[in-house]
Amino acid sequence: MAALYAGYTLRGLAPAQNRPNSGIQGVEAERDSDHVVVTDSTRCVTLYKVSDQKPLSCWTVKQGHTLTGAAVYNARTQEYVAVSDRKVIRIWKEDDIILDKAFKATVSSDVWRVHCVAGGDPVVLFHRGAVRLLDSLLSAPQQPIEEVLSPEEAISWSTNIVTESQQFVIFTTEQKGDHFLYLQRLNPNSLQRYHLEREEPGLSPLSFSVSYRDKHIRLLYLYPNGHVYESVVSVRAPVPEEGAQALPLPRSLLLSLPVGEGLLQAASAQELDEAHVAVVGVPHPSAGSGKDFLCIWNTNFQTLQAGKEMAGKIYGQLWSFWNKLFIPHGKTFSVIPYDCPKSSLASALGKQRQSLTNDQVLELIKVRIQFILGSLAKHFIIKMLNKSVFNLLMQTAPVEEVQREVQLLLSRTDTQDLQTSVGQLASTLASRSLNDPAFYTPSSLVQLVHTRYLCHSVCPDLVLLALERKDYFLCQLCLQFFPDIPEVVTCASLIAQEHEAGLNGFSLADEEDRSDNLAEGGATAQRDNEKASAAEQMCPVGLHKAVLLYPASARLLRSNICTMLSNVLFLQYLQFVYLKFSHDACKPTQGLRSPSLTQVMDWMGLLLDAHFTVLVMTPDVKDLLLNLHRFVKSQVRFVSELGKIEGSLQELDKMALKRDVGQYSIEIIELF
Amino acid sequence: MGEFKVHRIRFFDYMPSAIRAMAFSTRTERLALARADGALEIFNFSDNYFQEKVLPGHDGRAVEALCWVGPRLFSAGLNGEITEYDLENLRPRYTVDAYGGPIWTIGVNSQGTLLAVGCEDGTVKMFEVLKERIQFQRNLDRQRGRIISLSWHPSGTLIAAGMMDMIRIFDAETGRATHRLVVDRGAGASKSKEVVVWSIAFLSDYTIISSDSAGKVQIWDGLNGTLIRTHLITKWDVLALSVSQDESSLVAGTSEGTVVQFQFLSSTVDRLDKDWVRTRTFKNHSHDVRALAHTETAVVSGGMDTQLVVRPLLDKVEKNTRESAIRKVSFPHRSLVCCAKKAGVLLFQFPDHLELWRLGESDGYGKPGGSLPVKRGPEKLIQLKRKGEDHICCSALSPCGGWLAYSTVTSFRLYRLLNGSISICKVSKLPKDLRPAHQLCFSTDSSKLFASSSNSSVVVVALNEPECKYLGTLKAKYGCRQPVHLLSASENGKWLATANTDCEVHVYNLDKLKLHCTVPVYGSCPTAMAIHPTTSNLVVVHADQQIFEYSLVKKEYTEWSRRLQKQGLHSLWLERDTPITHVTFNPKNPAHIIVQDLFMFCIIDKSLPLPEAKNVLYNQMTLRSLPEPDRVLHSHGFKICKDFQHLLCVSLLEDHSLVVVERPLLDIVSQLPAPVRQKKFAT
Repeated sequence: MAALYAGYTLRGLAPAQNRPNSGIQGVEAERDSDHVVVTDSTRCVTLYKVSDQKPLSCWTVKQGHTLTGAAVYNARTQEYVAVSDRKVIRIWKEDDIILDKAFKATVSSDVWRVHCVAGGDPVVLFHRGAVRLLDSLLSAPQQPIEEVLSPEEAISWSTNIVTESQQFVIFTTEQKGDHFLYLQRLNPNSLQRYHLEREEPGLSPLSFSVSYRDKHIRLLYLYPNGHVYESVVSVRAPVPEEGAQALPLPRSLLLSLPVGEGLLQAASAQELDEAHVAVVGVPHPSAGSGKDFLCIWNTNFQTLQAGKEMAGKIYGQLWSFWNKLFIPHGKTFSVIPYDCPKSSLASALGKQRQSLTNDQVLELIKVRIQFILGSLAKHFIIKMLNKSVFNLLMQTAPVEEVQREVQLLLSRTDTQDLQTSVGQLASTLASRSLNDPAFYTPSSLVQLVHTRYLCHSVCPDLVLLALERKDYFLCQLCLQFFPDIPEVVTCASLIAQEHEAGLNGFSLADEEDRSDNLAEGGATAQRDNEKASAAEQMCPVGLHKAVLLYPASARLLRSNICTMLSNVLFLQYLQFVYLKFSHDACKPTQGLRSPSLTQVMDWMGLLLDAHFTVLVMTPDVKDLLLNLHRFVKSQVRFVSELGKIEGSLQELDKMALKRDVGQYSIEIIELF
Repeated sequence: MGEFKVHRIRFFDYMPSAIRAMAFSTRTERLALARADGALEIFNFSDNYFQEKVLPGHDGRAVEALCWVGPRLFSAGLNGEITEYDLENLRPRYTVDAYGGPIWTIGVNSQGTLLAVGCEDGTVKMFEVLKERIQFQRNLDRQRGRIISLSWHPSGTLIAAGMMDMIRIFDAETGRATHRLVVDRGAGASKSKEVVVWSIAFLSDYTIISSDSAGKVQIWDGLNGTLIRTHLITKWDVLALSVSQDESSLVAGTSEGTVVQFQFLSSTVDRLDKDWVRTRTFKNHSHDVRALAHTETAVVSGGMDTQLVVRPLLDKVEKNTRESAIRKVSFPHRSLVCCAKKAGVLLFQFPDHLELWRLGESDGYGKPGGSLPVKRGPEKLIQLKRKGEDHICCSALSPCGGWLAYSTVTSFRLYRLLNGSISICKVSKLPKDLRPAHQLCFSTDSSKLFASSSNSSVVVVALNEPECKYLGTLKAKYGCRQPVHLLSASENGKWLATANTDCEVHVYNLDKLKLHCTVPVYGSCPTAMAIHPTTSNLVVVHADQQIFEYSLVKKEYTEWSRRLQKQGLHSLWLERDTPITHVTFNPKNPAHIIVQDLFMFCIIDKSLPLPEAKNVLYNQMTLRSLPEPDRVLHSHGFKICKDFQHLLCVSLLEDHSLVVVERPLLDIVSQLPAPVRQKKFAT
């Protein structure tokens, strides 16, 4: 299991309430695992000794100048390189105290960033996509810089990696909602352009992370809808001809993170090793919708391995060096050590992904491309459905129109997209209904619940709404289909319901006990029946409650909060249902929404097993138990008779079979 | 294609014997398997798990343990003897008495120079392996109680021996017992019962693994004699252990029929401290797992339920390939049924007797799929008990039903059957050249008998009423030493084909009694072959399911065979996991070849196109549902009938009715003793 250890603060962040960014421009590794260079977004570069949590040196550019690129450390020359005012490259050593006295050179075009990793030379990436080695640039600072990107294209993220044989500069760009990945090789230089597959319209990747493994560069990127994709590019891919089109970049969905309400705003995913991804700014699946969490996910098993709440605002920035995660959050910049041991059981059991050979990857890519072409058509349809318009419609349109639109949406076949939209739609409708007493669309909500894409955490208002509107049908559906309703909510809904039932005079006298929620009722399937035979067989609990409590009962039975009274009530209910079943055994009952006979028997057995002594001691229940006993006895007698008949019939069956498989027979077969 | 009258026979009460011991040789990829009746079987794992050789059993021989020393095979048993086998002549080479009472276990050191056996009297006896024999060297310190299991340390300096209630470690050089590891008895009622260390393994890092009758697999530190870990895996006995070659995985077989795998793993990848972790459980047996072998890619297990199961480890083999499929060998890969085509008489071969049955009769006609009324039931004519202690190794019945021959490893017997095979008399005057044979075959006109003997030679004998005359010996070229396992004579009496386990197929000219030709050697062992009655083409089927047709006249592969090889057989055909055990022809239609394996029989129509990869191979159901004119479009040359299962023989009689001998597995299972009682839920 991966683990996050107790973190510590490296430094504070400047208190700025409304600032969207953290004030940290970049963190870069320094000489060893204990040193980092932190560049803030204005004028300052600081060298920290991480374990001591203190700065070793600090360099500042003069007032009026700003640093526009994070400082990097060149381990070969032991120099720091930074960019100020977009065009000035500054180089200094650790013992230089005043930055302005150190070396600087002005270049002819805007610099995006300077990159340098251990084992590689510093490279300069220009705003317009050109790449130069720092040394060659400094030999002629005013050399002309070509424009690689088209005018509307802008770099959104960049990095630099070194493989065994080559150095790569990787950067992503955005152009009119399309995203591209550029792979720039150095020595010999070549540039390759890939087109990232489009996510839902309007969504652009929040963060990128790149890693190099087994001769492949793996790009990991996170979208605001919580999808984490991985794209694999071989470092030995053929060099494209000049002016070639952008290649489509196949991707695979690594994780689908829970996003809670709305889309992710500031989040980041960082690959830690081949099986683990650190994610910040995404809600913890079992801790509500707050997004201030740092989590480690295992991509092989799709499991959450570790999580930590980060106090304060998350800026969506995350760096990881040497088993330490660096996160600015709130007013602090924290360092959190982590550990991702590789599970060897996975590989022993053959669960670990086998590393693919180059040919296999190529094959895979081919297949993917075909798939992409096939699904392109579908995507266009989805694009047409402009989300904001739709949402607006949902918020303002009259009931009939909303119902029609929902129907339309649900009739779409593209289920993957449906999942997110259903959640949003349900919460929109629920909040609108809660705010506007005149507006309620029960049929649409039922339809949405029936898609099974919803759960309580996606749309917590729904249960509340159903209770408020006394829509027990919807409530029952929610209880039945939502796997994650907290017990508190279940209880609350049931208590509220009980209250209701009491007012209606439906229930038994012993309902003062507020905590016993275990009263049960006949499901809707029995509504008609019940009315017909109400005279002789009164359902012991309220009809509404019965509707509600069938799905809840299984859950509560497990959670062991049965009290004495509830047991009695439950038993009464079970007896009632049981009698019903024995009266019309052949009648098909409505699948999920009413308990089946075996379920009833199970519950009854469980209840009697667990509470038999208590039940026997209670005088009120005596009659009930005696009745039950009498009935069960008669049933047993009846069933044993049936057993005999079944036995003889079975014997017949056997005889027929036996004749068939004799020791010897002469048969005719025909071959065609 | 047409209708066939089928005699469906289920009264062949063949009962395989329980599997007792196993030994796998990684060098030759051969598995030796010993059964409870003393029979030995050799499987070639590199050739589709084909059962290459069968050494018939012997009444007194109760093999408890097997051991390969290089290419040599040794066994030890409760009769107190160590036996080395002659795998070329399929018989014991010699037997040495260990004089220590029943022997429970045998083991060889990694150098292959010393054999150690564990005896009932508490001694571990060492035998030196010499070139032609073994010689007693000495005893290790004698212990109280029997030695049930033993294992050499790979260095050859230490031996661990499992006994009652304890494990002893011996110094192999001095013979002194250095450590005594006490194995605790099981919990509960079995406290008073001694615990038996059924199996033991000594690993190169001085770890000792033991399995015992209390259901435990225990891991010991062999240097200090301390217990490291106990895995309780069953309530019953853990009878067998086997460790993989690289000592990273081991399997343990229990009385419940489960095989439990342990792997030597560290909890995380980077850490070095490894531990034996229980990983998988296989349940392929209903009864005790008595013998286990851990090959590089699979777990091989066998036991009381008589089946040999090869269960591939899915992390070691590529998924969804032939290698990743589980294999079960339930029946021998050779025919135990002989059918006299002219007389309609069947000969069933059991280890200790032969049965002769006359087929029933019916009249009238029926619709396909139906059965006919049986006018006269099948009749058991003769039950012939073998003489001596050796089990029957081969038998044959002449096509006319007038002669019957069988052989054990020590004797050969020929009988004359008279009056419609009812009366039997032994032919006493046999030529002295007619020695015990590996395989027997009569000529079609029942005038000659062919008996294969040592060095791939075949003795030809003319059958005459008062006396049988030796005609000659067919000898293959010099250097053929492997036994002949297939014999086939042509209908016109001109040719005889032999196949041996070296994959060589020789064809002899019977007029000249000389070698006619040798079929080009193919890399897989022939499993069945026959010579076509009219065209004199030899059809050979190999263990890898390939079919070849070789023209004896032209001495080359026929056009059809070349076409078949060029196009390739259908993948489903190649994926079948039981070998073809019988080839025969349809005299009505010379284009038909009838082949049979355990689960189907197939009529190959050479005049029809071969099935291509996109065709459905098993298409009989489809064809049945199609209207007559459409069938031509969908039909191909392989007419496969799967109506009958667990087929031991399919033969075509002279009256064109098929004889199908089935032995349903269920009938075998029902004859097994009750398995250990297992608690089932709610019982």
